[in-house]
Amino acid sequence: MKNIEVPALARVEGEGGLYIGVKDGKAVEIRLDIYEPPRFFEGFLVDRFIQEVPDITARICGICPVAYQMSSVTALEAALGIEVGPEVNALRRLMYCGEFIESHALHIYMLQAPDLLGVPSALDLAAVAPEVVKNALRMKKIGNEILKAIGGRSVHPVNACVGGWYRWPDTAPLKALLPELEWALEAAKETVKWSLSLPYPNLEIDYEFVAIHHPEEYGVMHGEVWSSKGSKLSVNEYETRYIEAHVKHSNALHSHTSDGGHYLVGPLARLNLNHEQLLPEAQKALRESKVKLPLTNPYKSLIARAVELVHFYEEAIALVKSYNPAGPAHLDLKLRTGEGCGMSEAPRGLLYHRYKIDKNGRIKFARIVPPTAQNLPRIEEDLFAIAPQLVKMEHETATLTAEHLVRSYDPCISCATHFLNLKIEDKK
Amino acid sequence: MTLTPKTAPRPKVAVYKFSSCDGCQLSLLNLEDELLDLASAVDISYFLEATRTVKPGPYDIGIVEGSITTPHEAERIKDVRAECKYMIALGTCATAGGIQALRNFASVADYARTVYPHPEFLHFLDKSTSIAENVPVDLSIWGCPVNKFMVVEVIAALLQNRRPNFPPSPVCLECKRRGLVCVAVAHGTPCLGPVVHGGCGALCPANGRGCYGCFGPSSAANFSALVGSMTPLDRYPNETAGLLRSFSSHAPAFKSAAEAALKLSSEKEQK
Repeated sequence: MKNIEVPALARVEGEGGLYIGVKDGKAVEIRLDIYEPPRFFEGFLVDRFIQEVPDITARICGICPVAYQMSSVTALEAALGIEVGPEVNALRRLMYCGEFIESHALHIYMLQAPDLLGVPSALDLAAVAPEVVKNALRMKKIGNEILKAIGGRSVHPVNACVGGWYRWPDTAPLKALLPELEWALEAAKETVKWSLSLPYPNLEIDYEFVAIHHPEEYGVMHGEVWSSKGSKLSVNEYETRYIEAHVKHSNALHSHTSDGGHYLVGPLARLNLNHEQLLPEAQKALRESKVKLPLTNPYKSLIARAVELVHFYEEAIALVKSYNPAGPAHLDLKLRTGEGCGMSEAPRGLLYHRYKIDKNGRIKFARIVPPTAQNLPRIEEDLFAIAPQLVKMEHETATLTAEHLVRSYDPCISCATHFLNLKIEDKK
Repeated sequence: MTLTPKTAPRPKVAVYKFSSCDGCQLSLLNLEDELLDLASAVDISYFLEATRTVKPGPYDIGIVEGSITTPHEAERIKDVRAECKYMIALGTCATAGGIQALRNFASVADYARTVYPHPEFLHFLDKSTSIAENVPVDLSIWGCPVNKFMVVEVIAALLQNRRPNFPPSPVCLECKRRGLVCVAVAHGTPCLGPVVHGGCGALCPANGRGCYGCFGPSSAANFSALVGSMTPLDRYPNETAGLLRSFSSHAPAFKSAAEAALKLSSEKEQK
């Protein structure tokens, strides 16, 4: 068995490598090497004023800046002991819909579908199926348009603040998005049907799924941290069960549960734990797909993303229709010493923040647990599960197979550096 | 008789990532209406976020995202420079060290201890530096993130062999052109608009807040006047200094202006 090496993993956000050590034809060691540089964000935040935090944490990830902004503001509002009103929250959900749409459409069509269809990129896919790619770009664009209408731009939007919004976005540009959103909702239903036709590799894993659960809405910002093993915790109790550790081969911290187990966050976890809270059109798409839950094949997280796309277009339509802002866009902040936790579901999984602030509103301590840090040990374990097949494959096939598995988690390596290079080495 | 047109080879474009959030590269993928045309006008030869196909260099245009923050990056950027004919620094990280340059004003070892239980596992540099501080750069595009249409303009200009047409004026003028009410004059909100490179379309003032400088310093800006007029408006200690020490903090003009604003605030506190 010869060495397998992938110098850098493509179509993931950020950079990393994969190493598989082989002895007597068996995989004995698996390691995801993160060479995304360490980025020290929690350190940068110390002594900054609370209102600077959502702008700084957005820069952790260009793909999911809204998740970072929302986890920050909810944690800091908890530290100040304030609660924003239903209108502020509704607009936060709408902005989140924009991020889910943009990120999921990008991942489904441009990052993972090329693996399933055997082409190197969406650009190559465009050469053989131009309509598919054009529709995908149109579906993605509408997510970015929502972000732009609310926050001025899609990457690092500028309107979110602790206490609400700097200003209520104008109504007309948001309402003008409705016809495109209605088109996209139908396109998303077609995406679910199309996603069922793709040739997924067989792999079933006994996962512990972890996601935010809320009884009345598809969990995104509010609710409890639910585990498929039955644990139900408030956001303040998150750190009692989910623990970050630093492993030598990585600039990313790795999470595990307090009993040492690895868990999965992201679309599979959300769909399996929260499918009852999907909106009616998404419920119908899921029912008609005849997909049996729980979904336990990591490659099929694409199907979960497609169902979520239906949900988030549907929710965006409802929120745009009901948007009619009145009253102040943000609360006045009364500074005080405090500590607060916040969480939200980034498109790639649960994102947890905790801050301590002083009486002047300065950050004294920050902890940020990104989704990919939680999924990394799980990804390594899954690679171990397919390693016996990998070592029997041709190098190129093995590389593609391992890469595809990693890509299916939509790892945001930039976020987690706190990412891939496949090297299979024969340890004689 | 039909003539076969002799087409010039498409320029080979490579997109590289260093220390960054991927947001500027994503701005390229966010060119939903232009992406397929762009991909037919140039030969995207290396762009890992979009494709696993890697065509060998040398490349005609190298687009570099991110700043240099590790010993490995400091070496790798030299190899990247050697394989690119024309090199573009994409975004404020590549152009001025970006948000990572906040480490330049503190002890990075302290940060490492704050964030990582085992800082000894890490390899990093004490300072985050721009691409141009490491290797020669032909053109810089500011922005955190960049305005995607500025990237299209640069590539179009290169294909047409002309100078790119960049907004020549600061955010303040973009704000006036949009007919927005001045947040500093009308609401007493500190704003960097007068000294910041245009290109965003005055996004922050349009949202009722002061500009926080993510497009870097405007070329003919009067920073001492800005510090003198904005610092007294601070609504919490060092607000103006904080705006200057955010995303473009390592740009020389921002660096000295932040120091001046901090000095002014501490003098005020002593009085």
